[in-house]
Amino acid sequence: MLRVWVAAFLLALTASAHAKTPIKLKPGAGAPQFVRSDLQGHPFDLKTQRGKIVLIDFWASWCPPCIIAIPHLSQLQKKYGARGFQVVGVSMDDSADTVKETMQKIRFNYPVVMGDAKLGNLYGGVLGLPLQFLVGADGKILAIRSGAFAPTALDSKIAAALAERRE
Amino acid sequence: MRLAMRLAILAHLLTVLLLAPLSASAAPGDALTIPASVQIQPAELAAMLKAGDTPPILQVGFSVMYQQAHIPNSQYAGPGNKDDGLLNLKSHVDALPRDRLVVIYCGCCPWEKCPNIAAAYKQLIGMGFTKVKVLYLASNFGADWVDKGYPVIRGG
Repeated sequence: MLRVWVAAFLLALTASAHAKTPIKLKPGAGAPQFVRSDLQGHPFDLKTQRGKIVLIDFWASWCPPCIIAIPHLSQLQKKYGARGFQVVGVSMDDSADTVKETMQKIRFNYPVVMGDAKLGNLYGGVLGLPLQFLVGADGKILAIRSGAFAPTALDSKIAAALAERRE
Repeated sequence: MRLAMRLAILAHLLTVLLLAPLSASAAPGDALTIPASVQIQPAELAAMLKAGDTPPILQVGFSVMYQQAHIPNSQYAGPGNKDDGLLNLKSHVDALPRDRLVVIYCGCCPWEKCPNIAAAYKQLIGMGFTKVKVLYLASNFGADWVDKGYPVIRGG
């Protein structure tokens, strides 16, 4: 009986350890769902974006390369929005007030929601910025990009994903 | 086409100018002023931890990052680009002898863009610490520490 208890304890311990280790996402995996209110006051539900090509941009106001990317992302939203493309910014700032200050200085034409450790873990651990996930119309991850922002490469990927969606 | 290129360059310059107030305290690029002699490589720190040699380790970045994963026994000091963060860092180490080895790390962004690490390093040097080591994370904490399999405490 003692053995059973010890085995059950060890199993529970292992399960809890695994629960804390986020699963590293790869292209082809389903993009984890999330629903958050955006800082413009509207609800954002990733599930309702199904059918669109979505770019999830993990960023923060303290991240210089993330800030540099914002006008480019707005430009991509403007260029491809009508064809079924949607950018969503997920801020990993510690405070929404800081993000709102940033949003007064830079124009965003896409929703921005607040991220946190839970959402970060859901996406495999957001342990460095910038980090972007391009999600296909079927809700599966098409590409993951971290580090310096490359607008031209991203533009091509979005255009290809939109073309493929139409076929 | 030329006009589009000019407009893109103009937009980029405007962004940089607009963001000047944001980056004034952040001072990205300051990390490049941290001498190589005080930098410690991830493998070296991981080996120290494995050997049971655990100096005070302080994370001088952002709490959302620390909550997700941090180095075992490291403490959250707060971002080096904020006065509050530097004050918190000071309070964490104030009681330590100035010749004690202290390790700091951030890893929020690529090394040359980190807004925190150089300010935190300067703070410790300014306090008289003589054995400060700065963990060199070229890309970020995820890529250069967690993904390498070095020990972490998860949370979030």
